[in-house]
Amino acid sequence: MATLTLPVKEQQKVLAQEALITGSEAIAVACKLANVDVVTAYPIRPYDTVMQYMSQLVADGELDCEFIVADSENSQFEIVKHASVCGARVFCGSSGIGWMYAMEVLTVTPSLRVPMVALVGNRALDDPGAFGVEHNDALAVRDLGWNLVWVDTAQEALDTALICYRFAEDRRIFVPVAISCDGAFLTHSQSLVKLPAAEQVKKFLPKYNRGELLVHPDNVISVAPQCNEDWVMEVRRQNYAVTERACDVLREVYAEFESIFGRKYGNPFFEEYRTEDAEIVLFGMGTLSTPAKVTIDKLREQGKKVGLVRLRWFRPFAGAEIAKALERFRAIAVLDRDLSLGSPDLSGVVATELRSALYTNAKTRPPVLDFLCGLGGREVTVPDVEKIVEITFEAAAGKPQPLTQWIGLRG
Amino acid sequence: MGQLYAVEVIGRGIFQDTLAKNITRGIVLAAHNEGKFGLSFGRYGDSPERNGIPAKKFAIVASDEQTLQLGMAHYEPAQVDVSVVLDDTLCKGIESWAWDGVHPINRAVKRGGTMIVVSTQDSDTLLQFIHRRELPYKLGIVKGLASFSGLWVYKDDHTDVRILGALAKAAPELFSFESIEKYIQAKLKDAPAKTQSARKAYERFTTIEVPAGRGNPEKLLHFELLKWQDMAEGTAVKGQPQGGPFEDPVTKKAGGFRPARNDKFLKFTARTQRPVVNFDTCTKCTLCWLNCPDGSFDVTPDGTYDVDLNGCCGCGICEAVCPVENCITMVSESKFFDNDSQWLRFKRDEASYLQWLEKTIQPIEKRSHGFRYRGQYQEEVPAALELAQKG
Repeated sequence: MATLTLPVKEQQKVLAQEALITGSEAIAVACKLANVDVVTAYPIRPYDTVMQYMSQLVADGELDCEFIVADSENSQFEIVKHASVCGARVFCGSSGIGWMYAMEVLTVTPSLRVPMVALVGNRALDDPGAFGVEHNDALAVRDLGWNLVWVDTAQEALDTALICYRFAEDRRIFVPVAISCDGAFLTHSQSLVKLPAAEQVKKFLPKYNRGELLVHPDNVISVAPQCNEDWVMEVRRQNYAVTERACDVLREVYAEFESIFGRKYGNPFFEEYRTEDAEIVLFGMGTLSTPAKVTIDKLREQGKKVGLVRLRWFRPFAGAEIAKALERFRAIAVLDRDLSLGSPDLSGVVATELRSALYTNAKTRPPVLDFLCGLGGREVTVPDVEKIVEITFEAAAGKPQPLTQWIGLRG
Repeated sequence: MGQLYAVEVIGRGIFQDTLAKNITRGIVLAAHNEGKFGLSFGRYGDSPERNGIPAKKFAIVASDEQTLQLGMAHYEPAQVDVSVVLDDTLCKGIESWAWDGVHPINRAVKRGGTMIVVSTQDSDTLLQFIHRRELPYKLGIVKGLASFSGLWVYKDDHTDVRILGALAKAAPELFSFESIEKYIQAKLKDAPAKTQSARKAYERFTTIEVPAGRGNPEKLLHFELLKWQDMAEGTAVKGQPQGGPFEDPVTKKAGGFRPARNDKFLKFTARTQRPVVNFDTCTKCTLCWLNCPDGSFDVTPDGTYDVDLNGCCGCGICEAVCPVENCITMVSESKFFDNDSQWLRFKRDEASYLQWLEKTIQPIEKRSHGFRYRGQYQEEVPAALELAQKG
């Protein structure tokens, strides 16, 4: 949760109004403030609340943009890819299998340097049909050059969407970014959000400038001609160079955000909750932070020293920073709201990445236990988290525990 | 931690979607007028809503932002301070397509909490429908017919602000009437008239105590979900067996055809009105049976058609296609106390059944679905507003 660092008088100017909106609607508001030029839409729950809200803004004359309902997600993303290359600031989004239907387009936008901001309303990949939250949809592009961030409140969604435009359009980055909102828990619940003033946003977001990469009659270039094996590796190395810079640029962008809006997120990569004197810590992404924090507060009253590290940015994965923050704990419990079937130790994506980061960066080897939970929109409950904490304290005490466990499963 | 309040609004899918949302948003914004913070959301599994199916929306209000954040406020509350029921026929029990079994309407009301029902009936009648439970609670009525809208058009008959008024009386710790007034004036059209309606509802609202054990003793459908080891693989589900003939209670001879029906999802709680059938005037044209979208008609041994009242969702297509006057008539579900077969009753005593039928189908309490024709709401709203005034 961000803390406001400006004096109250300044706060009134910066935070012009309040609205009762969902996480996805908050992103629509961010797009309006960012003055997007081209928006493509295709309905799929739970992302489509943003689509409905944006079309209302367009209809009411509050947002002046091209609003195109495509015939499918594949076309949806293809259209904004081209619009972006022609100099339009774009917005797009999808969920679950809709996002997967756009995969052919998603794979090429990083190498074509298309800095789109996409909302992924996290949804289980169905069949089996459910539209509840699972993180595998957004995670499917994790190796391809996309940046990926998870938010857990509507306020954070609005702020982070603005940060995403600033970050993605920074010429040192210039690759797409997906902002993930947990289906239902964030996309569909309305809370009171403070809206920044338009002048502040104008200061924060410079005009989208493709420079020599702009497709325009006055700038004759060819984009994505056929390459052979003489060229591909070097193109890849260029995208790799982006990843080498990404953490530093992100830190700069958050510092700029704080200085203009007066809202401080601290470390951009993750949020820490009651970790100062914690013995064990929970690690995960998205709205499972709520049952985690509630349980932590409850257990703290019983004298149990447990904290939460909520990961925001999955790409870039700030391995050194994360390892430094986590290595001092006696054990770590990863809550994976995703699967990585057939992975080492059969663990989920987040645990597998974390173990890798700790192996190369950490000075100690605390046990890292993985808990597969909340799949298909099933709630992660307070009793679930209590069980996770109990098992993790056992590991911290030196009693070996299974590396991967299922929580909240029938059977 | 500060104070946390939860209100659930139970309405019929699609027809009461906007109304329920207006109420939960109104709760959050009215409470915000006195410095509280809140969240408004629907039960995600209800989406996409289907016509008439019971659906829930929630408003969670906290004394401060931190309590709201840490109050598990994004999640469906296990217990609520107040439950608002927008159609009194929901009191018979609620079954959602995303959940298992039929739940009693009062399931989430906490000990000593309040249930507010929109109804033209009295609490004694409602308590014949509402199931008994071990926790005492309070029951209050906002007098009115269930307000149904279309998906894209809203019937603005003041039900939403009347509920807010009743809530301020039922749960003064949630918000005061003044906060509602402020909300109406700032956010709603026709503010003076709506304030008046809300105020009348506020002044009139009373509750009775419902002690533990009082209510409908009937057992509701309940079953355990399978463990992962016991499920078929490949997300495969076995189909229904074939149905077959059944017995005439008088002649004892088997005949007709009754399909086997889903015993894990009944569907009757989606209906607000049911078809009443005259087996005497029926010409056996087959149109009701043919056109029923749910296959809710059994072919009787006589060749007439009987409604499966455990399944029928009350869409009214049978009434619309039946060529015989008053042979099938949709009647408000609030007039009935069981799902027993009408044909069996008819066969056991034809004269008595036909007498009952005459009484039951007149006069009709119109429970219109959604939005059927232009000018419909202009016709219906004045009567609703008059009821809001008179009480």
